[in-house]
Amino acid sequence: MLAIFLRIPPGDLLDGMRSEAAIDAVLVTAKTSAIANLLILLVGTPAAYLIATRRFAGRALVITLIELPLVLPPAVAGIGLLAAFGRFGLLGDQLTALGLSIPFTQIAVVLAVTFVASPFYLRAAIAAFEAVDPNLPAAARTLGASPARTFFRVALPLAAGGLGAGWALSFARGIGEFGATIMFAGSLQGVTQTLSLAIYEQFDVRFELALAIGAELAVVSAAILLVVKLLPSWTRSPSGSTTLFAPSRST
Amino acid sequence: MDTLAVRLDHPLRSFALHVELEVGRETLALVGPSGAGKSSVLRAIAGLLRPDAGRIALGPDVWLDTAPETGRRISLPPERRSVGLVFQEYALFPHLTVEANVGFGGRARVGELLERFHISELARARPGELSGGERQRVALARALARDPAVLLLDEPLSALDAHTKGTVRAELGELLRDLGLPTVLVTHDFEDAAALADRVGVIVDGQILQLGRSAELLAAPASGFVASFTGANLLPGSARPGRDGLTEIVLDHGVTAYSTAAGEGRVGLAVYPWEIALSREAPADSTLNHVTGAVTSLVSLGNRVRVRVGPLTAELTTGSVERLDLREGELVVASFKATATRLVPL
Repeated sequence: MLAIFLRIPPGDLLDGMRSEAAIDAVLVTAKTSAIANLLILLVGTPAAYLIATRRFAGRALVITLIELPLVLPPAVAGIGLLAAFGRFGLLGDQLTALGLSIPFTQIAVVLAVTFVASPFYLRAAIAAFEAVDPNLPAAARTLGASPARTFFRVALPLAAGGLGAGWALSFARGIGEFGATIMFAGSLQGVTQTLSLAIYEQFDVRFELALAIGAELAVVSAAILLVVKLLPSWTRSPSGSTTLFAPSRST
Repeated sequence: MDTLAVRLDHPLRSFALHVELEVGRETLALVGPSGAGKSSVLRAIAGLLRPDAGRIALGPDVWLDTAPETGRRISLPPERRSVGLVFQEYALFPHLTVEANVGFGGRARVGELLERFHISELARARPGELSGGERQRVALARALARDPAVLLLDEPLSALDAHTKGTVRAELGELLRDLGLPTVLVTHDFEDAAALADRVGVIVDGQILQLGRSAELLAAPASGFVASFTGANLLPGSARPGRDGLTEIVLDHGVTAYSTAAGEGRVGLAVYPWEIALSREAPADSTLNHVTGAVTSLVSLGNRVRVRVGPLTAELTTGSVERLDLREGELVVASFKATATRLVPL
């Protein structure tokens, strides 16, 4: 970590961060990451709640499918996404008919990031909702709360610590995403070139620029870790501080 | 005043729950060992458990009917049933203050309830900072904030230590009398049930074995289980008609005992610990039954001592135990009158 910041003078590091390639990469990363994380939180949170609180046929299969991207090599994820959404892919004809071409666009970056990062959030979120004492939502219902109010007033706040930790991990995995993105979305500066891709592109062209971008990512990662550690105390497990790796009873 | 009428049939893990209850303006206790299905009854009334079949109604309001005449199954969700449920470990919301917990169901009466339960000064505290007794008062206040028509209490005293239990039990009894709501209370402790409830139902494996006032259960236990659950000594033996119209029971451990109760064949002889007197030698008085045995244990319960003699447990005052100078291992005679015994089928 230190080597990134000490290899070249701080002035050069700041110059690197102000370069066009670096600023483009920040913008692409911010936009695609924001959309991907919004998708993960808005779809993933209710999905995780339902999986954690309901018993249904095929539940174990659903959980296994959710966890599959965790063990899948990124290159396989990239080729898989191409095979599904590429022009000659599984959904290619339907997408062409709609006038949509996904590969090598920002949509492709969002899909790649969502695919590889969402399992980190989902796993932690399912574990967090499962850890909420089922008597608490039940008590809320007997006190007149609808299922929706029970979710927002009881289940969500009590799972918040686990959700935050899971989201931090998923966010970190998302901005670090490389393999699937470069195969499915390419590395076009200002379009699909994220910070991680920019480091790779620049390291044998302008090494100090690669270092500068690396420094930016390092700062973001450290900030994420700090946020997780500062989560509200009641959401922590009784055994100690919040950890990124919440044990999942579902596996 | 509306009566809560409950009929339930529901399969549980190893037995079927079958319960029929009518609860008026009274406290009814369901008492039984853990796993007997007591909590399931409460959860079904509250709407947290959907029974296979049954009907639950409060006066004219039907909360559940699996086979109504109109043909459409009725099952109101918990929030549309007028119940206050106090959970076994109280289930207070750990992320909310006492005030927010009590106000969760309805804000209107929060101040009044905090005052009534003497928890106003705890309004800003979180449940994690409270003692067991305080938690129980918060849980009761929260359950009452919605002004329920039915009150359900799941093991309201089991989360308390023996020291606070006595006081809390007295306060709870007073509260239940003041409220005058149809109340169903679940406990595994017959003493708690007898102290708090107007009527007590003994439930085992999903079936109510006997339902009545606690004095009735003590005077005439319907089965061996009810007898031993209400605290009686239960000695198995064979009964046959004996002299003077008494029943003669040859107990399995050899002694012959006499009872004024009628019975024949395999029976359990039930006698309560407080009906048994201990002495050094068999007394020359009117008691007919004498069992000689060694004292195996002495357990002090405040002003009483429970003394275990052979197969029997006797309850004596602390003074009597001191006067007799009882010690473990010594031989004593346990005596009880034939009129103090009950015979129950085994």
